[in-house]
Amino acid sequence: MSAPNKEYDPKQVTDLSEESVNRMVAEALAAMNNAGNLAELKEVRLAHFGDRSPLALANREIGALPPAAKAEVGKRVGQAKAQIKDALSNREEELEVLRDQQVLLEETVDITVPTDRGWVGGRHPLTTLMEAMSDVFIAMGYSIAEGPELEAEWVNFDALNVPADHPARTMQDTFYVTSQDSGAVLRTQTSPIQIRAMLEHKPPIYVVAPGRVYRTDELDATHTPVFHQIEGLAVDRGLTMADLKGTLDHLAEQMFGAGIVTRLRPSYFPFTEPSAEVDLQCFICRGASVGNSGTPCRTCGNEGWIEWGGCGMVNPRVLRAVGIDPHVYTGFAFGMGIERTLMFRNGVTDMRDMVEGDLRFTRAFGVEA
Amino acid sequence: MRIPISWISELTGVTASGREIAEHLIAAGLEVESVQTIGEGLSGDLVVGRVEEIEELTEFKKPIRYCLVDVGADHGGIRGIICGAQNFVVGDLVVVAVPGTILPGGFEISARETYGKVSNGMICSEREMGLGEDHEGILVLPPETASAGANAKPIIGLADEILDIAVTPDRGYALSARGIAREVCIAYKVPFSDPIDRVVHVPAPSGSTKPAECASDDLEACDLFTLSTVVNFNPYAPTPQWMKNRLRDCGMRSVSLAVDITNYVMLESGQPLHAFDLDKLQGTVRAGHPIEGELFETLDHVERTLSASDLVILDDRGTIGLAGVMGGLDAEISDSSTNIALEAAHFDSMAIARSSRKYKLSSEASRRFERGVDRTIAPYAALRAIELMLELGGGEYVGMNAVEAPMQVTVITISNQLPAQIAGMEIPAQQVVDLLTAVGCQVTQESGQLHVAVPSWRPDITDQADLVEEVIRLIGYSNLPSTLPVAPAGRGVTHSQKLRRRVGTALAHAGLSEVLSYPFVGPQDLTALRIPAQDPRRDMPTLANPLSDEQPWLRSSILFTLIPTARRNLGRGHTSIPIFEIGSVFQGGMDTVAIPHMNVEHPPTPEQWSALENALPNQPLHVAAVLIGEAQPAGWWGGARPFDWSDAVDSARILAESCGVTLAVSRGADPIFHPGRCAQLSVTDADGASHVVGAAGELHPAVCESFGLPPRSCAMEINLNAVIKCAPLVMPAPVFSTQPVAKEDLAVVVDQNMDAALVEQALREGAGDLLESVRLFDVYSGPQVGEGKKSLAFALRFRSPDHTLSAEETARVREAALQRATHVCGAVLR
Ligand SMILES: [Zn+2]
Repeated sequence: MSAPNKEYDPKQVTDLSEESVNRMVAEALAAMNNAGNLAELKEVRLAHFGDRSPLALANREIGALPPAAKAEVGKRVGQAKAQIKDALSNREEELEVLRDQQVLLEETVDITVPTDRGWVGGRHPLTTLMEAMSDVFIAMGYSIAEGPELEAEWVNFDALNVPADHPARTMQDTFYVTSQDSGAVLRTQTSPIQIRAMLEHKPPIYVVAPGRVYRTDELDATHTPVFHQIEGLAVDRGLTMADLKGTLDHLAEQMFGAGIVTRLRPSYFPFTEPSAEVDLQCFICRGASVGNSGTPCRTCGNEGWIEWGGCGMVNPRVLRAVGIDPHVYTGFAFGMGIERTLMFRNGVTDMRDMVEGDLRFTRAFGVEA
Repeated sequence: MRIPISWISELTGVTASGREIAEHLIAAGLEVESVQTIGEGLSGDLVVGRVEEIEELTEFKKPIRYCLVDVGADHGGIRGIICGAQNFVVGDLVVVAVPGTILPGGFEISARETYGKVSNGMICSEREMGLGEDHEGILVLPPETASAGANAKPIIGLADEILDIAVTPDRGYALSARGIAREVCIAYKVPFSDPIDRVVHVPAPSGSTKPAECASDDLEACDLFTLSTVVNFNPYAPTPQWMKNRLRDCGMRSVSLAVDITNYVMLESGQPLHAFDLDKLQGTVRAGHPIEGELFETLDHVERTLSASDLVILDDRGTIGLAGVMGGLDAEISDSSTNIALEAAHFDSMAIARSSRKYKLSSEASRRFERGVDRTIAPYAALRAIELMLELGGGEYVGMNAVEAPMQVTVITISNQLPAQIAGMEIPAQQVVDLLTAVGCQVTQESGQLHVAVPSWRPDITDQADLVEEVIRLIGYSNLPSTLPVAPAGRGVTHSQKLRRRVGTALAHAGLSEVLSYPFVGPQDLTALRIPAQDPRRDMPTLANPLSDEQPWLRSSILFTLIPTARRNLGRGHTSIPIFEIGSVFQGGMDTVAIPHMNVEHPPTPEQWSALENALPNQPLHVAAVLIGEAQPAGWWGGARPFDWSDAVDSARILAESCGVTLAVSRGADPIFHPGRCAQLSVTDADGASHVVGAAGELHPAVCESFGLPPRSCAMEINLNAVIKCAPLVMPAPVFSTQPVAKEDLAVVVDQNMDAALVEQALREGAGDLLESVRLFDVYSGPQVGEGKKSLAFALRFRSPDHTLSAEETARVREAALQRATHVCGAVLR
């Protein structure tokens, strides 16, 4: 019996049977799953969970049921409603995720278009190479010493045991400032920095001096009147030529790879005695190309060694000129050309590329040589 | 010094390949630059031929000879050969390449028809056989050198190897066969027999006439002067082929027998000799000094004005030679001189170096004298030359006169441990003695001390260190151990060095590329840059010997040389040129301050050193940038943005900020720049003082035009040292409030020429401590703000340290800021 049944008109009542409710739920779930977007889901919600939905209508019928049936049917309908609600909410979440994904998808760009709105700059490789070589010595406890490019002749020559009219002065073609006898020159080497370092500090002295130097050469593929050197100087008790060799070997290894060594050949520099030329073991072929014309090595010309610089034990006369007692202290010094190093290390084939200031040259190196 | 291996072998008995000997010499410190084989690539026969008949063929454009040459029965007897040279006569001995012979360069000789004849071989010049560069004619052998048909190869020195040795200034002795032979003997550990110990076969002076007199007026500059006299010499006697070969292989030309002999003896012994024509001399031949201003013509036909300090050779009439450098034209021996006065002397090396430098004359003699010649061998060398003269050219030796100052033997005392201490390796004491003895020293030992008498041919050895070098080089530098000394703990790079690196990196990251330009500038550059006459930048050092007379000065501003670099980039097709340079500039000429004269016996006194430092111009490090073309290229994001003045100012700001320094920008005036678009850049030091450090902006249109740069090119230059001086060593931590911020925008109208920086400054002052920041976000001028006016819109942020600002407080501070701007800048609220 349906109660309270105040109206006695016969009326079509909703079927509240279990199968019927289950069907309603199943239809609702199917409709939800068919909803492809949130707008469609909204319609599904209206149709299956709204006031006019079959389940809502069914719910109204519960009051008409006999009390004994009410509880059971109520529970059944309630569970159905909860099930649909949950499913709606889950489906809504799913569709929201889909919608968000769609938004991002629609924002897709061609990620491969060029992005370089600004220019990429760079530092000159001579600068960065000087820094890199200096840093090898910084790590060993050396300091970077400095001096002026326009230098007193006394510092550039006399104190370095190159007296006036010494043939060694004509080895270097010097730019004189004002006149040949003004006593001022554009430094022809970084060695005057040694003199300044020794005048300014008492031993022990461990310095490295990178810098710009000048000689009256015309610019061509292998010469430039303005170029760069790096110079090292150590003055301490008991320093030996073996120490010089070891220091050069360390530099070679740091700059050119494990196991690369140097070779010394006797030579002459007024400011060192004994003096030597420094050759670098070829870091490309490591000597394998020597006597082997089938495997040409462009870096060393199949010599196995590359001429790198000069070195020696500081001439006691130089120590005396700066007030250091040569009976107490010995020293060693060495120097090499930065341009030359850059040429064989990085494969620069024409000196002019380094001095003409073409942007392309610098940019290719970035901020590291 | 070039020297053939055959000569080395003759003097040492060492028979090794040129390459092997070269390696030994290199290890000992003689820099062998090349080993070259004479006539490399030649194969087949070269035979001596006698010219039997010459037929001149005249119907051709150039004279051509058809010669019948006897090349000996084994090589076909008499051959007909076509030859274009004219320097030979019937009876001459020549070198013939017979058909089948391949000359250097792959040139194969074959019988061929030419000039209407069959040429059955070739008469060769030196160059064709790879002997030298001489190709003025064919090689004519001295008479009786060999018979026709003889193998010519040994006669002309073919297949010998030549070492080319670059002799360093300390090794004068290596400019002789004698010196090189000694090094070879040491290297091969064979005994050395010194060529000057050889007995010279010269008859006793004939005394038939008096030998020419000699003297030295300056026994310091010329401490040994000998003059030998030979008469009745046959000037037409030929130089033998073996001597010609040696001269040629050593890089000298054959001139005449007498001259060739002096050169040969010089190459052999290292002693330069000079032959005068005795009949052209008058009175005593002296080493001494000329009259100031005397005119003197050297052998190279250049007339030179002498000064009284020059060292010359004189006779009673005046200067006849620049001592040790070059003879004079007047007293020179000629092709027909029969009576010869032969000078063999020793000159001070500095004096010769001075002459050589002063007169820009470098000769075989001066190269030897300035490196130091054996003090003792002049008499020997003279006799050796006379021996050869008499043997090859006949004549009569009349005698030798000589003057000499007492000779000092250098004796150096050295511990027998010193070479080991310097080398850093064990060297037995006896080995030290042995090696020093091998180089020619006389060593006496006294309980670990060695008294070392230096040989006369090693004037370069003056100090203990020189002896140490001799020992270590002969042991071999390749035997040195490799040890790494431990330096005391270092300071790393200094603050200033670190900042210099950082500035470069900051600019690079801002898109600029570093370049390095030569610092040479000239008057045209400065005119193009519009630098006025009174501008201090015109005060620059001048080079005495610039590369180009048009650029004799050293830049006082990097822009002087960076702008031309920008132009070069433009010429290479770059459309965007953001470049910078960090480098020294040179402030002030050197006309007024003199550098003190200092010796090297002691370090400079503090007074001398500061005088030296003061005399040198100030050379601060500057940074400059030039910005041309596109700051941002056109792309899918839109059109290109050109560089403008603000990019230049900003590059300066970026570099200053990378040092932790804030740059103040104000209106500047620099003739390089556009008068209305030039910023003056300043920094504030720790004491609050402001220093102008540079300028930035748009280049003056006239500058752009002069250098061919596009209009509106921009630039910047800053004194980096001055910026770094203001850079904080320690960055102070900020103090900031966490109270809420109050934001206010404020737009004011000011006169068009009012600087935004001044308005901003006024706003800051007016707002006081509650102002957190102010930023100009819009500039507008147009009809809405009126003629001659502009509107500046600022975003202001206020914040209190301890409470939330009320609307009233914010309004009050904003009003105060505005009032200050109104008061100082005439700003009116828009
Ligand atoms: Zn190699």
